[in-house]
Amino acid sequence: MKLTLHVWRQKGPHASGQFVTYQAADVNPDMSFLELIDVLNERLITKGEEPIACESDCREGICGACGVVINGMPHGPRQSTTTCQLHMRVFKDGDEITVEPFRSAAFPIIKDLVCDRGAFDRIIASGGFISCNTGTAPDGNAIPVPKKVSDRSMDAAQCIGCGACVASCPNGSAMLFVGAKVAHLGLLPQGQAERYDRVQKMVETMDASGFGACTNTGECEAVCPKDIPIDFIAQMNRDLLKAVMIDRPAGGGGGGTG
Amino acid sequence: MELKSNIPAGPIEKKWDKHRFDMKLVNPANKRKYTVIVVGTGLAGGSAAATMAELGYNVKVFCFQDTPRRAHSIAAQGGINAAKNYANDGDSVQRLFYDTVKGGDFRAREANVYRLAQISVNIIDQCVAQGVPFAREYGGALINRSFGGTQVSRTFYARGQTGQQLLLGAYQALMRQVGLGKVKMHPRTEMLDIILVNGQARGIVVRDLVTGRISSHTADAVVLATGGYSNAFYLSTNAKGCNVTAIWRAYKRGAAMGNPCYTQIHPTGIPPSGEHQSKLTLMSESLRNDGRIWVPAKHGDKRSPDTIPDGERDYYLERRYPSFGNLVPRDVASRAAKAVCDEGRGVGAIGLGVYLDFADAIKRLGENTIRDKYGNLFDMYERITGENPYKVPMRIYPVVHYTMGGTWVDYNLMSTIPGLFVIGEANFSDHGANRLGASALMQGLADGYFILPYTIGNYLSQVKLERVGDDHAECKKLEAEIDEKTRKLLSIKGKRTVDSFHRELGKLMWDNCGMLRSDASLKTNLDRIPQLREEFWSNVVVPGTGEEFNQTLEHAGRVADFLEFTELLCLDALERKESCGGHYREEYKTPEGEALRDDENFAHVAAWEYTGPGSKPNRLVEPLTFENVHLAQRSYK
Repeated sequence: MKLTLHVWRQKGPHASGQFVTYQAADVNPDMSFLELIDVLNERLITKGEEPIACESDCREGICGACGVVINGMPHGPRQSTTTCQLHMRVFKDGDEITVEPFRSAAFPIIKDLVCDRGAFDRIIASGGFISCNTGTAPDGNAIPVPKKVSDRSMDAAQCIGCGACVASCPNGSAMLFVGAKVAHLGLLPQGQAERYDRVQKMVETMDASGFGACTNTGECEAVCPKDIPIDFIAQMNRDLLKAVMIDRPAGGGGGGTG
Repeated sequence: MELKSNIPAGPIEKKWDKHRFDMKLVNPANKRKYTVIVVGTGLAGGSAAATMAELGYNVKVFCFQDTPRRAHSIAAQGGINAAKNYANDGDSVQRLFYDTVKGGDFRAREANVYRLAQISVNIIDQCVAQGVPFAREYGGALINRSFGGTQVSRTFYARGQTGQQLLLGAYQALMRQVGLGKVKMHPRTEMLDIILVNGQARGIVVRDLVTGRISSHTADAVVLATGGYSNAFYLSTNAKGCNVTAIWRAYKRGAAMGNPCYTQIHPTGIPPSGEHQSKLTLMSESLRNDGRIWVPAKHGDKRSPDTIPDGERDYYLERRYPSFGNLVPRDVASRAAKAVCDEGRGVGAIGLGVYLDFADAIKRLGENTIRDKYGNLFDMYERITGENPYKVPMRIYPVVHYTMGGTWVDYNLMSTIPGLFVIGEANFSDHGANRLGASALMQGLADGYFILPYTIGNYLSQVKLERVGDDHAECKKLEAEIDEKTRKLLSIKGKRTVDSFHRELGKLMWDNCGMLRSDASLKTNLDRIPQLREEFWSNVVVPGTGEEFNQTLEHAGRVADFLEFTELLCLDALERKESCGGHYREEYKTPEGEALRDDENFAHVAAWEYTGPGSKPNRLVEPLTFENVHLAQRSYK
């Protein structure tokens, strides 16, 4: 296959960027999208030019490091697929492809296609956990978890923290990411003690990090490589409302059972 | 240098208990006076850092990724072992211990393995309490499945994403401590050297990968949890960033390297598709529970698999190993696959592959049950190959996956440098010459949650440490050395890319030091690797500068280390004149072609001591004694 690529090049966080056009001949349909970038970079380096900065690590769709916007879609045209798992067979000979970084006020660009998603870590640090020091756990089977609950929790827990939801959202909202973590932990019996504190703290940090609000556009759900449903945002909003409304003892978690 | 394993005396079931009582403690009020550096945030590093912070230590954590949650533990699919005996099928600590020692082909330390089996049960409890959504029965109890190399069901799992869920548990515990101010997190920061003062590990020199700034961080002890070195083979299942740099630089400062030749080749990878291949993807071994492995009985049979009748198929694992069948350990399954492909019975366009067929399981259990168990793996396979494994059998081929070798550590997980601890895949300890499935996650978390946090206190409470700040002369000296090396890499401006050197090295390793090794093939590598290294340092091209985000420069530093390390790996393989586990020497095999150990001469750990540039390293020996598991030839027939 022969393809034309328009790739966003930007020297650094404060530099202005622009699209640069590259021709790719002899593209093997079995290549992954990142392997195409690899091949292009090898060519650029050999010609004495700077390669395209582009992040990836596991290249099997689970670490969440990769992610670029391909023809306007975070992670590209194929559903339920990260950039690293997108293979060139989804494109046609002669296609033109634009490649941009994830763009959002809360994800400043570092270089070319690489952005800083550190805000996600700050949100988790503010409450995205169950507080249980090592050694304090009861026997694993002492806490029965109905299969339905466990499965639903796992649906939410699959989030890889890639940030595609934010990049796709016209408001730059991180609510699918936060909603998934709130649901993963809040559905499980182990997560009840901190359930309402957790949602409040995480949402506060999210708001303070420069993410926008949710207006139910649904783009996030459409581009999520792990198919995390938007229902989790509704669930988070219910928990948040309860957390704010319920008259809770000072500093305490607990509250209703939801 | 002397190797002191510091294994406690007494009967094996009592050693860890006794040791925990004998160890000196740091009192709770004093813990906050100590600072510990942890490099790497996978299962081992993440869990260790979180646990030490919970205990009250100040912890500085470093990782090269943009966030600690990306560490490659996240990609582990299949599961984690624990001797819970929830399946009521006769499992016990003793049996997990026995299986692991035997699976490791009698090249692991009994005392370490026993402790691992004991701790395995606590890990599951801890992870459940953190909210890891393990698979459940309808009644709410945890489910187990079986895995290669064992005959009981002791593996806990969360769909095909067990590593992800366990890592997120450790990551969340770590981030909680970041929020509480006990952990200072340094993402996008790569360790490039280790600072020794009075012979003790007191800090690290790092490069900020965004700004390029070189700086030093000091502490009272240093923990390396930097993973394995499978990327020495270029194509492996490891993430692109995985490297040997941290433990290699520690080696050059005096941390002996244990059994570097023990590498694991996993039988169920997706075969490569062409020259552009940048990494290989694993299909979880758990698939061997329901998939049947076969090749056509006839050479060069190019018919489509569904048209080959049962009688003309060779289910070679079931045939050769009737009692374990498709569940033989990884090394055995990998060599068997290579053997049938070498005979010309391999499948796929280039004949490098065997079928992993689910047709019988789908007939027996229904497509929905199979989708429930392995759905995400099947989807991943389809995404990569464009083939639907519910309809046509998967094609699989062995791939480098894990490295049992690594920094030599004693029973306390401390290396030969006082104050330098090495945990998880980065150390050599528990898997001997071959790791069993679902044991890596167990070891990483055992080291991090339940072993290191105790043993590091024992060290800190007994040493006198002078104050060392980042203005110490040693810090400045090492920073200047790193600067110089960076300048050198950037100034060569040669003709070949870093990646082309890495690929060439990987091919040498796969061809001459992979599933089969021989005196001649290893000598070829010992000849070729130094030449390639020389060419690298005179002909590599690294664009850009050192004062910016420069991914080629990062890669160049890692490949430079692989070009040194692989020579030691091949030397270790050459000196180990026996076959054991993943280390298979063509000269040493039984008449049936199985690995032939030499317990008389090689029932030991080989640990290599650095003796300076260009000088042959010393091979030190730690004898292994087997008092609880009888030395026997592994048989899975």
